[in-house]
Amino acid sequence: MCLAIPAKVVELSSTEPSRALIEVAGARRSIDIGLLEEDPVRTGDWVLVHVGFALSKISEEQAREQLSTLAKLGESEAAIQEVTGYGGDSP
Amino acid sequence: MKYVDEFREAGAIRKAAEEIRRLADPKRHYRFMEVCGGHTHAIYRFGVKDLLPPNIELIHGPGCPVCVLPMGRIDDALSIAQDPNVIFTAFGDMMRVPGAHGSPLEHKARGMDVRIVYSPTDALKLAQKNPERQVVFFAIGFETTAPSTALTLMRAKALNVANFSVFCNHVTILPAIRAILDSPDMRIDAFIGPGHVSTVIGCRPYEWIVRNEHKPIVISGFEPVDLLQTIGMLLRQLKADHAKVENQYGRVVPWEGNRAALKAMAEVFELRPYFEWRGMGFISQSALRLRAGYAAWDAEQRFEVPGVRVTDPKAAQCGEVLKGALKPAQCKLFGKECTPEHPIGALMVSSEGSCAAYYNYEYRKAALTHVGASA
Repeated sequence: MCLAIPAKVVELSSTEPSRALIEVAGARRSIDIGLLEEDPVRTGDWVLVHVGFALSKISEEQAREQLSTLAKLGESEAAIQEVTGYGGDSP
Repeated sequence: MKYVDEFREAGAIRKAAEEIRRLADPKRHYRFMEVCGGHTHAIYRFGVKDLLPPNIELIHGPGCPVCVLPMGRIDDALSIAQDPNVIFTAFGDMMRVPGAHGSPLEHKARGMDVRIVYSPTDALKLAQKNPERQVVFFAIGFETTAPSTALTLMRAKALNVANFSVFCNHVTILPAIRAILDSPDMRIDAFIGPGHVSTVIGCRPYEWIVRNEHKPIVISGFEPVDLLQTIGMLLRQLKADHAKVENQYGRVVPWEGNRAALKAMAEVFELRPYFEWRGMGFISQSALRLRAGYAAWDAEQRFEVPGVRVTDPKAAQCGEVLKGALKPAQCKLFGKECTPEHPIGALMVSSEGSCAAYYNYEYRKAALTHVGASA
């Protein structure tokens, strides 16, 4: 339930300042970056994503470690499914 | 060992396990509670218990939001979903949790419009797309999840989305820890602190545990090495008769937490005077509800909610397991009437529930070994 998924920010939304496009396992999805307003997100940053919100910034190394933890927990599929689920059918 | 051997950090794991053996006093019995359900899952999955000396016992705490939600709240949620004008949205984790008359999934099969969402913002979007319907989001979770619900409500208010509302069941972890410490049959030496909850609340809120209860707490990551290092840190504190808050997961958890997330929670939520936890009873100031400024988006105010308490099946001993007084397999229903395929208690539903984790990793393993031995 407190699953947090590492993802790379690939694009900030030009129309909605609180949203950004992330990439996980080749899937691109829009997330909310409003919880990081005190430490604004930039393209190329790695973030921990939970229920469609970036919860904290992490380093690329931590992101890889988180991915490997999820894989070892047998939850990487659930994580990817969760991210691809954001926004229903439309990214 | 068999789960962890395959990982390349086997050397670091072995070293941390040796350190634990060196630090643990063989004359003492240690009871450490991992508060977070994610840790419970990791402990079973990685076989961490097998790496510990027998006098270190891990007690699985209340940090699985699906598991601690009382059945009556699920029935309340489903009574809202019964309204044909309602699109009822919930996280996937909630779909199989049984209410008194079946799970959300079973209600969906009976024709109710119940949909899985992965984010509260998806529920908000659904409301914007379906202005003629009422869209209700079933909010559950600890402080990891509550800020996302808060921000979604702030967006709903700013955009004036009138057909969106939240059925709020967010709970806070500290009152549950306090309740466990106050419970008379409980003796815990130290706590493994939650990882992702702490990215939001930081480390400071745990200071009362060390100050008032003189129990060490170490915030931990989820890797086997993290958990072993954390246990080593707890042993070192106990050996020195220290009790302090330490952060093993500093690479992800800032000491001060996430201020923007705390601000959003403070804007939208206030504490309920009390809230029922499954298996633990009523705990005062342990859950969140929407502030008056958000009453228009509060599903409990918009809809008639029965609010009937539903007791768990008598034979199920979820409460004792949840408090660590019983091991999962000591429950009368464990592995018989209650299995992950047919859960009776919520601890069997979620992969973070101690019964499901125990069943999937220990019980099945033992059954296999047994079959192997008799073959």
